[in-house]
Amino acid sequence: MYARISESDRLRDYIRETRLLQNRTLAAAVMVLLLMFALLARLIYLQVFNQEHYLTLSQNNRISVVAIPPTRGLIYDRNGVLLARNLPAFGLEVIPEQVDDIEATLRALNQVVAISPADIKRFRRLLKQKRTTHGVMLRLRLSEEELARFAVNRPQFPGVDIVAGVTRDYPLGASTAHAVGYVGRISENDLDQLGDSNYSGTTHIGKTGVEHTYEDVLHGTVGFEQIETNSQGHRLRVLERTPAQPGRNLHLNMDIRLQQLAEQALGDNTGAVVALEPGTGAVLALVSQPGFDPNLFVNGIEPRDYQALQNSSGQPLYNRALRGQYPPASTIKPFVALAGLELGVTDTQRSIFCPGWFRLPGHERRYRDWRHEGHGAVDLTRAISESCDVYFYELAQRLGIDRLHDFLAQFGFGQKSAVDGPGELAGLLPSSAWKRNARREAWFPGETIIAGIGQGYMLATPLQLAVVTATLANRGKRIAPRIVAAIEDPLTHNKVARSSAPLNTIQLARSDRWDIIINAMVQVMHGERGTARGSGAGAAYKIAGKTGTAQVFGLKQDEKYDKDKVAPHLRDHALFIAFAPVDNPRIALAVIVENGGSGSGAAAPIARKLMDQYLLTPAP
Amino acid sequence: MTILESDYRTPARKLTQKLHLDIPLLTGLLLLSAVGFMVLYSAGGQDTGLLLRHALRLTLGFGLMLMIAQVPPQRLQEAAPWVYAAALALLVSVMLFGDHAKGAQRWLDLGVIRFQPSELMKLALPLMLARYLGHRSLPPGAKRLLVSGVLILTPVALVAEQPDLGTALLIVGSGLFVLLLSGIRWWIIGSGALLGALAAPLMWHFLHDYQRTRLLIFLNPESDPLGAGYHITQSIIALGSGGPFGKGWLNGTQSYLDFIPERTTDFVFAVYGEEFGLIGVLLLLTLFITVIARGLYIALCAPDHFTRLLAGSLILSFSLYIFVNIGMVSGLLPVVGVPLPLISYGGTALVTLMASFGMLMAIHTHPKKPV
Repeated sequence: MYARISESDRLRDYIRETRLLQNRTLAAAVMVLLLMFALLARLIYLQVFNQEHYLTLSQNNRISVVAIPPTRGLIYDRNGVLLARNLPAFGLEVIPEQVDDIEATLRALNQVVAISPADIKRFRRLLKQKRTTHGVMLRLRLSEEELARFAVNRPQFPGVDIVAGVTRDYPLGASTAHAVGYVGRISENDLDQLGDSNYSGTTHIGKTGVEHTYEDVLHGTVGFEQIETNSQGHRLRVLERTPAQPGRNLHLNMDIRLQQLAEQALGDNTGAVVALEPGTGAVLALVSQPGFDPNLFVNGIEPRDYQALQNSSGQPLYNRALRGQYPPASTIKPFVALAGLELGVTDTQRSIFCPGWFRLPGHERRYRDWRHEGHGAVDLTRAISESCDVYFYELAQRLGIDRLHDFLAQFGFGQKSAVDGPGELAGLLPSSAWKRNARREAWFPGETIIAGIGQGYMLATPLQLAVVTATLANRGKRIAPRIVAAIEDPLTHNKVARSSAPLNTIQLARSDRWDIIINAMVQVMHGERGTARGSGAGAAYKIAGKTGTAQVFGLKQDEKYDKDKVAPHLRDHALFIAFAPVDNPRIALAVIVENGGSGSGAAAPIARKLMDQYLLTPAP
Repeated sequence: MTILESDYRTPARKLTQKLHLDIPLLTGLLLLSAVGFMVLYSAGGQDTGLLLRHALRLTLGFGLMLMIAQVPPQRLQEAAPWVYAAALALLVSVMLFGDHAKGAQRWLDLGVIRFQPSELMKLALPLMLARYLGHRSLPPGAKRLLVSGVLILTPVALVAEQPDLGTALLIVGSGLFVLLLSGIRWWIIGSGALLGALAAPLMWHFLHDYQRTRLLIFLNPESDPLGAGYHITQSIIALGSGGPFGKGWLNGTQSYLDFIPERTTDFVFAVYGEEFGLIGVLLLLTLFITVIARGLYIALCAPDHFTRLLAGSLILSFSLYIFVNIGMVSGLLPVVGVPLPLISYGGTALVTLMASFGMLMAIHTHPKKPV
């Protein structure tokens, strides 16, 4: 292979080969240049055309904006008693990136601080969701002891730490459950409605009651911190800080002593009490029994507890004061009478004979009076004070449903009273037009009859009853009920009163007609044969009131209410409305005791207790 | 009669010639080292300890370069098969007794130092191939090609087994450069490339999980920005945010804040790009190109086939490292562990590099053997 090639051939080959090598080297040089240009092109793309984009990203890497949640406003009663407050709470947080073995850590932690299966389930769910370098909550509301135990053992748990926060607390528990309501964790639905960045740091939002209606006021404005972080999310320093604006405090019209007394007075009975200040519409008490502990809801109620509340026969979650719709029964009589006076269908002189029953001309059916033997001769005043049904059957028949409807509508029956609390229902004030629309039937004369005594289709909520009572006390001036009295700025302590726009005043052709009715109601309490004379006896002030006893045919609610649970109780509901003192009314109230039997027996005494407390006990 | 034989030499010239130093190359390397110092100071968070260690390694590197530059290329040629055999043996022993670091069996712990035989192979293979192919006429025939293939693939298989796909590919590269320069027909190169492309799906099957992840992340870094795609996403952000003029020396926020992992080693270019911008990048590339140009010039002027092939392949490998590292850091290529020559902080790669420059200098400064 080697020796046979001649010297010149080898030389020639050598030169050719060298040239080949050199050509290849030059080709390689060109390749290298091309590659370098490719790199340059790429870098130009990144550094010239996309610089802005990457600059933003690099800023985002290093600056994170953290929301500073505002402190929620406090809620007080009219005398400065704290109804809702923020308590410091401690929880455990885990930073997953810093934990080697999460399972082992959880097991070991359980030895130190109790971690329930529910906690672990929630933790795992949050772990899957979160893609941030922030911590994941493991336990909430550590007790002081748990706090101390963990603090001592902390070095054993890298990546787990204590976080301080606040939690909402209702020191008076069930007493404020319905009026004040409660806050709960923000849910997906809530976020959709909010859409706002104002809530970026907030975990809880008002769900019911005043906490909900005044959410904007109570929440405050979120603050922001610009923090420089490194890639592990550790704070290096704060670049900029906009402090949060704390939520404003609410001062309620409610008198908590009255509220608690009403609860006590209702006792084990199911029912509701609404007390108003007639002149202003201030809600002094709003009770719905049975109640529940709102603190259970703040951090997520255990499903077990919630089921118990749902299934409980008393329906504690249901706010009867605003949503319980009951037939007003005899409590409607003063208003029907006023209708009769105003429309000229009756007067103070007119007297009829009450045999204990009433029959429509041409009809067989007898409509009974509650007093089997009847009342004998009754005029307007007696009809009210002794609650004669027959007088009102007759009066209603002569008025006709539509005239009655139109008159009563002025008081707000069948309409919401625009109270500043959520969930109010409107009740029902029937008319022939209504029936045609709702039931596709004509109105029957018999239905008018029973409307005269507040039965049939007619429904009212305790709040409505209190409001119409207040209107009566005001001699026609209507008010809108207000739970909140004033909003206070926590920093300046500047209070701004909440007042509602004034409503119209009901004008009567003769203003003394109010007094006629009111006097009859005074007779109810203080007259010889007044149905509530027992509760009016010995009062230091004059009371005007009216009893009512509603037939039971199931509570009309818009929620599913299982009748079987009510079946054992077939007794009538007890109702009572009143205001006092008559000459210068300071309180108007409505009391309902479900299945309480008679209005005078069950409801009136409660009202009397409350009025005594409110009117006689000096303010603190 | 070259200018080297005349007496026009200045005393300085005499010295550098005595030491077999190639001034242009040396200057380029020193300048690059200086840039490296600047960048490492920032990337290391102004850690002077890091700089001192880097200075030590550079000194050792330059020292090695000087030593090897004294070796006449003929000796290199003679030693080539032995070096190759030794490297191969070491690779086998790594496989048998190797040290596990970062989940890979790449190191031999020799008590005093830890040694990566695959690095040695990066030099041994071109030496061997250059000698083998340079002996006979070019371009090599089929038989020679086949033998070359075996010479290449044996160590590559061993290295890939470690697993060290990056280094394996670089070794293949250095071998292929020799083949390319030796003049094998373009159509052969073309069909070889085609075969390689077709074999790629097959190769997928043999890849380890993390290697597959790397490829997937390369194709779509956004798919896992906090996980495997993290390095590349962060480094692109750093580069891009530098803009045309850079944020200024020591002002790289990404690196200062721990955002770029491996910021003193494989990803140091990201720091450089962020702080010095496109202008800085242009300067650096120019510096690299001048060193490469000098190396190619040395290859062109080389006296025989062996030296030509060796010089060409060494400088082309250098270019490849630059291209792969910058390409990787800027998102053009998947992440492979290739440091940026003379800039990245690190031990073994620097040693190999300086040795190869020593060989280049040796090739250029020793008198040419008559044909």
